[in-house]
Amino acid sequence: MTQIIYQRSKGLKDVETHYCPGCHHGIIHKLIAEVLVEMDLLDTAVGVSPVGCSVLAGNYLDCDFVEAAHGRAPAVATGIKRVLPNHLVFTYQGDGDLASIGAGEIVHATARGEHFTTIFINNAIYGMTGGQMAPTTLLGQKTTTSQSGRDPLLHGRPVRMAEMLSTLDGMAYCERVTAANMPELNKAKRAIKKAFTLQMQGIGHTFVEVLSACPTNWGMSPADASAWVKSTMSQVYPLGVKKDITAEEKP
Amino acid sequence: MQKELWKGNEAIAEAAIRAGCRAYFGYPITPQNEIPEYMSKRMPESGGVFVQAESELAAINMVYGAAAAGARAMTSSSSPGISLMQEGISYLVGSDLPAVIVNMMRGGPGLGTIQPGQADYYQATRSPGHGDGHMPVLAPSGIQEAVDLMWDAFEMADKYLTPVMVVADGMIGQMMEPIVWNRTEPLPEADKPWAANGRDGEGQTHFVSSLRLQSSENEQFVHTLKEKYEEITKNEVRYEAVGCKNADILIAAFGTTARIASTAIRKLEKEGIRAGLFRPITLWPFPYEALKELALQESVKAVLTVEMSLGQMHEDVRLSVLDKKPTPFYGRTGGMVPEPKDIAEKVREVIKEAGK
Repeated sequence: MTQIIYQRSKGLKDVETHYCPGCHHGIIHKLIAEVLVEMDLLDTAVGVSPVGCSVLAGNYLDCDFVEAAHGRAPAVATGIKRVLPNHLVFTYQGDGDLASIGAGEIVHATARGEHFTTIFINNAIYGMTGGQMAPTTLLGQKTTTSQSGRDPLLHGRPVRMAEMLSTLDGMAYCERVTAANMPELNKAKRAIKKAFTLQMQGIGHTFVEVLSACPTNWGMSPADASAWVKSTMSQVYPLGVKKDITAEEKP
Repeated sequence: MQKELWKGNEAIAEAAIRAGCRAYFGYPITPQNEIPEYMSKRMPESGGVFVQAESELAAINMVYGAAAAGARAMTSSSSPGISLMQEGISYLVGSDLPAVIVNMMRGGPGLGTIQPGQADYYQATRSPGHGDGHMPVLAPSGIQEAVDLMWDAFEMADKYLTPVMVVADGMIGQMMEPIVWNRTEPLPEADKPWAANGRDGEGQTHFVSSLRLQSSENEQFVHTLKEKYEEITKNEVRYEAVGCKNADILIAAFGTTARIASTAIRKLEKEGIRAGLFRPITLWPFPYEALKELALQESVKAVLTVEMSLGQMHEDVRLSVLDKKPTPFYGRTGGMVPEPKDIAEKVREVIKEAGK
């Protein structure tokens, strides 16, 4: 007798994605899809996908989606959540989108403690536009706009959004995870589930940063890219819980 | 019906709530601050949502989100803030979303001044933001009309799935006038099967988006916009023509300027000059045909445009009259307001010139 031990999540549409080989977006979509199914929120959730590789996330995740202008997802999600307070609302933003052009929106949505969840995909580069330097690009990392490597004197230093946003009182739960290998993937899924659960309790903003690979624009093989996330990126962006007001409340 | 004394900005905010607006997002900027202030108190009282956004950029995108989720939403600002909102308005157009934006125009460019201006005419009527778009633009010339037009604005937004802009200036926003509440009932809830508010009865999901990566598909979408704009142009052109029949001269003016022109017209009447006032209420769609017909009357010697700008609506007036009559212009700009005596003097000059 055959036993099904693994199958495509019901939360994903049965379509092929446009993501490059070795890209982590597909894996992270799967985690979100599984959590939405497990929490029985697939029918009511609203996702927000702003400009970047993930702008088409609504074609892959099988729930309602609103596409947002570049960087504006936290404002768009604020509008949605305020008029649909009982629905799960989440954004899915890249690092160029969230840490650069949308830095203002995410700071203030967090400061207001908006009751939606931010899934922040940090791959240290602009993916869709072809590999330009992002605020999250590592020192020395070569991109199409920092061709000799990111120079702190010319380009400044990497921005740690999870740590920065955790200083705001509106942040209820903030964790940095990665999709780079299986054990980390399980942690990432737990973080997303916790964020969604706390969102529905309405205690403040919830934020999960996912370090992820962009083999195409990094000029690496998928395997090397995943290994680099763990070996190098996570040195600059330490994994772990940055803030959890539910834990702090405990004696 | 009982008359009530209302300040312009507050009357507009109250009218929006009474018309059924349930979400307001805004950022402080003079001369429209009474709108967010009033909304912050009254919107929650009436079961709606108020958020003071961190910027106009965020405000218009909150409107975008609320509209995408199916709520009747609006924002308000003044010229520099409206410039920041252009991105979001273009996305509203590109996603067929209904929303209302109030622009209490001030003198520009740049930070300019907080005094009245009408120099955002091009920005409002040509194409909001980037791309091939339009939006209905309503221009009240008093508080009663501003109040009544708020119902029309939300009605048009829902009917045509489009952003609608209401333009006035600090004069109308700050002054008080007696009004009556001609309409009291909120607009019926529009059916929004496209709204991103959860799977529908048939299990279908929704994806509100302005992205169409295939250019052929995008072109097709822009053509559907064109059809929508033709429909709006057919149904929604509004204007007021006072004393235009057999007039010696027509004065084309909107909003505050039209009020000032009326005072000049009364002055001229005593001197035996019959000046008619042609006042567009929809700046887009512009009442080209109506103005053309009146301008072509044999008695009309010229069509004088009066604006608080260097002459922006003047272009639409000229497009209406098409060189068949002289189309002189008189304007003050940068926050300066024309006086009735100046308009009257310009009319005398034009009449004299035409008599030669």
